[in-house]
Formats: sequence, C-alpha cells, structure tokens
Amino acid sequence: MITLDAVEVRYGTACALAGVSEQVPAGQWLGIIGPNGAGKTTLLRSIACLVPHAGMITIDGQPVSGLRRRRLARLVAYVPQLPALPPEMTVADYVLLGRTPHIGYLRMETDGDRQICSGLLGRLGLSPMAGRALATLSGGELQRVVLARALAQEAPVLLLDEPTSALDLGRRVDALELIDELRRERSLTVLSAVHDLTLAGQFADRLLLLDQGRVAATGPPASVLRDDVLTPRFGSGIHVIATGGTLVVMSRRPAARSQPY
Amino acid sequence: MSRTGPRPTGAKAGPDGQAGPAPPGAAGAAGPGQPPAGPADPAADEAAQAAQAAIPRVRSGRALAVATAALVVAVAVGVSVGPADLPLPAVGEALLTRLPWHPDMSVSVVAVTIVWQVRLPRVVLGALVGAMLAGGGAAYQGVFRNPLADPYLLGVAAGGGLGATMIIISGGNQALLAPAAFIGASLAVAVTYVLGATGENRSTTGGATASIVLAGVAIAALFTAVQTYLQQEHTQVIQQIYAWILGSLTSASWSDVAMILPYATVAAALLLAHRRLLDVLRVGEVEASSLGVDIARLRVTVVIAATLGTAAAVAVSGLIGFVGIIIPHIVRLTAGASYRIVLPVSMIGGAAFLVLADVAARTVQAPSEVPIGVITALAGAPFFLFVLRSSRARRELA
Repeated sequence: MITLDAVEVRYGTACALAGVSEQVPAGQWLGIIGPNGAGKTTLLRSIACLVPHAGMITIDGQPVSGLRRRRLARLVAYVPQLPALPPEMTVADYVLLGRTPHIGYLRMETDGDRQICSGLLGRLGLSPMAGRALATLSGGELQRVVLARALAQEAPVLLLDEPTSALDLGRRVDALELIDELRRERSLTVLSAVHDLTLAGQFADRLLLLDQGRVAATGPPASVLRDDVLTPRFGSGIHVIATGGTLVVMSRRPAARSQPY
Repeated sequence: MSRTGPRPTGAKAGPDGQAGPAPPGAAGAAGPGQPPAGPADPAADEAAQAAQAAIPRVRSGRALAVATAALVVAVAVGVSVGPADLPLPAVGEALLTRLPWHPDMSVSVVAVTIVWQVRLPRVVLGALVGAMLAGGGAAYQGVFRNPLADPYLLGVAAGGGLGATMIIISGGNQALLAPAAFIGASLAVAVTYVLGATGENRSTTGGATASIVLAGVAIAALFTAVQTYLQQEHTQVIQQIYAWILGSLTSASWSDVAMILPYATVAAALLLAHRRLLDVLRVGEVEASSLGVDIARLRVTVVIAATLGTAAAVAVSGLIGFVGIIIPHIVRLTAGASYRIVLPVSMIGGAAFLVLADVAARTVQAPSEVPIGVITALAGAPFFLFVLRSSRARRELA
C-alpha cells in the first residue's frame, strides 16, 4: 500500500505538485495522466525520493523520506523516461546494476545475483542478447532491458515514467501487456505515467489525472476518461468514444477549422 | 532512446537463438540447481535458455596481463638504461646482490650503487607517480562523469604549485618542498569541495557535481594567480620554480618513495574498492541513487582517495601533465569501459608509461634532461590520437 498525503514539491519558487493525496493498494496499477508539465514525472520522482517533498509518502506505513537509499531501492524501482544507456555496456552487465541495493557497500555481485539476472533475461526473452552492447539494440529491446534492470531490484513497487514513449503502436501494447503479466506474477504495485490515454484506461486499475501540479480527477478509468473531465485539462480537441467496451480517447481538429477547402 | 533503428534480424526469433558470447563453462557456473531434463519439456527448455544466458563476470585478465607485461618491460628498461654504461649482466647481478640470499658475484660497488641508489628509486617512484596520476584521472572521470576530467581538476596542480613556490621563494629547506606541495594540493581540493558542495540537498542528488567542478576551476585560478604573482616578485628563482612546475623525477630517492608509498597504497586500495560503484554511476547520479547508491558518500570518498594519491605524486615529481587523461582513455578504448578494467589497468599502464617516458626524458638529450611532461605529451598525444581513430573508438563515441 502506497499512501500519498498532501504531497507538495517545489522547484525554487515554482510549485510542481501541491496537495496530492492518493492511496494505491498493493498489487494495483495506478496510471498517472495529465498534460505536459502537469507533474507526472515529479510525482514519480518524489516517491523514489529523487526530489525532496513536503507532506507524507509512505509505503506500507514507512515514510519514504526516512529510509536510507539502499533500503528504499529494495522497496521501489524507478525507470525514468529516458534512461542513461552506456553504449558499450553489455545487456547482462546493465541488468546486474539492478542488484545494487542487495550488494553490500564495496562488495561485488555474487553468483546468486547473476542467477537472478539470468533468469530475468530468460523471462523477458533477452537471453540471446545477454552479451551484446546496449548500442546495438532496438528501442523495443532496450525497453525490456531497462525493465529487467528494474525487476532485478526485486522491489514490490515499480515506478515507470512513460514506459512506452519510445515504442511504435504495436510495441506499446506488447510492452504494457508484459508489465501487466509481470505485475500479476510478482504481485507488483505499478505506478506509471502514460501519455496514451486509451492504453492507460485499458491497463490501469485507477487513473490519477494531474493538472498544474494538482489532482484534477481520480478514480476508475471510466470515471476519468470522460469528455467533461478531460476537456478542461487537455483542450477541446479531445473526445472519448466507447467502442466494444474500450474507451478510446482521440484527438480531433475542431470542426470550424477542419472545413474542407 | 531512438539511437538505433529497429534491427531487421529479429533478435527474439527463436528460443534457441545464438547465445552470443556466453563463455564456455558458463552453463556450469549457472549452478547445480538446474536438473538435466528432457529436451521436450518446455519448462526445461526455459531453464536451459536461462542457463544459456548465464552472466559472465567482467573479465579484466587479458588487459591486466598486457599492462603488467608492459610494466615489467618498462622497469627492466628503466634499470638498464642510463648515462653510466653498465652491461646488462652487471645490472642483473647488481640487482641480485641486495637480496637476502644470492649467489657469489663479483659486481663492482659502483654498479650496485648506480642501480640501487640512482636507477631503481627513480623507476619505482616513476611507476608510483604514473599509477597515481592515471588511476586518479580514471577515478575523477568516473565520479564526475566527465571524459575531460584529469587528476588536477579540483586544484591539486595549482595548490601544489603554490605550496612549492612559497618554499622556493622563501629559500626554505628543500626537504620542505614535497610536504608543502602536498599540503597546498590537498588544501586546494578541500576548499574546492567545501565551497562547491555547499547547498547540496542531502536527501536528493544532482547539481552538485557541476558546482564542484566549477568551484575547482575558480580555486585553481585563484591559487595560480597568487603563485604567478609570487613568482614574478622573485625572478631570481623563477628558473627553479619552472623546473618544479614542469615536473621531473631527477632527484628521486628512496625517501621520496617512502613518502609517496603509504598514500599510493591507500589511494589505490580505496579507488579499486569502488570500481563496481563507479560502474553503477555510469547510468548517471539520479539513476544510481534510485539503485541505492549514496552519491554524496561515493563522491567524497573517491575524491579524497584520488586527491591523496595525486597530491603525493605532485609533491615528489611536480606537475606531470597528460598521463591522467590519456592512459584511462586508451584503456577504455582498447580494453573496455567498465571501471573493473579501467581502474586497475590504468594504474599499471600509467606506471609503465611514466617509467618509459622518464627513460626517454633522461636519454634523448643526455647528459641534460628533457622535462618529463614534454615527453608524456609528445609521445602520448600521437598514440592517443591513433587509438582514438581506431574502430572501437568510433563505436564507443557514436
């Protein structure tokens, strides 16, 4: 269970998040949506204590700001939107970095750490490329490699910042499907910022709509993905269409300007 | 993320796809937990696939062997070459005579003295200085994630220069030169670090690295300004100051070795102990802290270790440039960028390089000596450029 209570983040005088409160039960998937600059990334980073926050964020009752880095990294795995990928590093060595919170200060990886990572490579279909340099992988492969590193932390909470932004349409569904499978296998709590509202609605148990650092709406996808909720935040070009039980959020050019010729 | 296009080969095509460079014996390393099962069983297939991907350790063996061989050759050349024309067997015998047990040999006292009191301390000192400069450079490049970082980045050179200048202009005891340089160098880094790292929020990361480096630039400018002023006010010793600043191993003695050895040992041990954490830092400070690394502690420990080592090196040899930049990069470009390779191989390779550079410094224009910093740049730069243009470099920097 992750509890956010009146979370506030300031960058200098600018207020990036204010009064954000939410609860995410263990094993659930919370999709964080909102326009650019709404505070999605800041919210994920504050849970990982990568930006200082006011208010209270707890995981299973423990305030995250009181935890040591190592302890926190065993609870929370964070995947940034654009991870740094040393081009020469091999896939296997990169995934092994995820074992860091389980390795003592100044210690080296054990055979056990290697086995865990090799199992993850197998699970994510990465075994054939274990020895390849990151620079030689495609966007979809890299996305799975980064996910494998996060899973190597064996943390119950997974924070994903736009996990599909580098992928083509088909790969996006594949990627989210994989995350969903892993979430069920390992009972992970997933918080992800997602740009694609249609996909967010299909995978997340709940959605949190942020706008200018504040919670604009929260609840099951059907209660958030509505024209009257989204339009004030995203503008008038957004429309929600229900087809075959799926809420499709589409953007359409306003009628007045789309007159042909 | 889109740094590579999609690969048409379809890397996830078959479950039995080539395991690539999985090493021989890796399957065995995957442990006894894998029972041998029938090939038709899908679960066993999966287990086999996992075993296939058994993760090899970063292997530094070959690079270490090459660097060590280079060091052995360098030391051999270093003790054999000099103005006194000793034949090789005499050098060998002279070396052996100081061992506790040795065969009876009729080697001259002069030869023993030349080898043991002149050449050997100079070779050993050169090796230690080279190891510290190259290892310190590699560590600074890692901890500041900056390929241009050298061991003088945070003011070691300017501080050491000021310390030495103050002793020279005051006509002080030559024995105080090394301690003064060491204190000046350490002081400059300490001031840089304290001023540059203030305001850093302890609970987060980022931002501090750039301000530390910039504070280093400012402190170096300040110390250099004072040093230049003092030197212009005392033109009668300017030659002596320049000689120190250019760096040399001319007056190397066992007491210099004894002075640098404890610092070199501690610095090398500390830096090597952080080799895995410096690898984690290759993904950046934010991601490394999300992986559980205490960035502030890592940074301060590595900076202290590298500073002790390079300040001691500067104290006994003056300012020898370029070693700390080129040696770590040559290692990266030829052997691999993991700090498990870069740190130890740079230390050994830096030792070999500086010993050879010193041999060149004292022979090319004998009996007078060329400043060793001139040699390191003159010989190092072309070789570095050659390596930089090699295929591996193009791949790494692409």
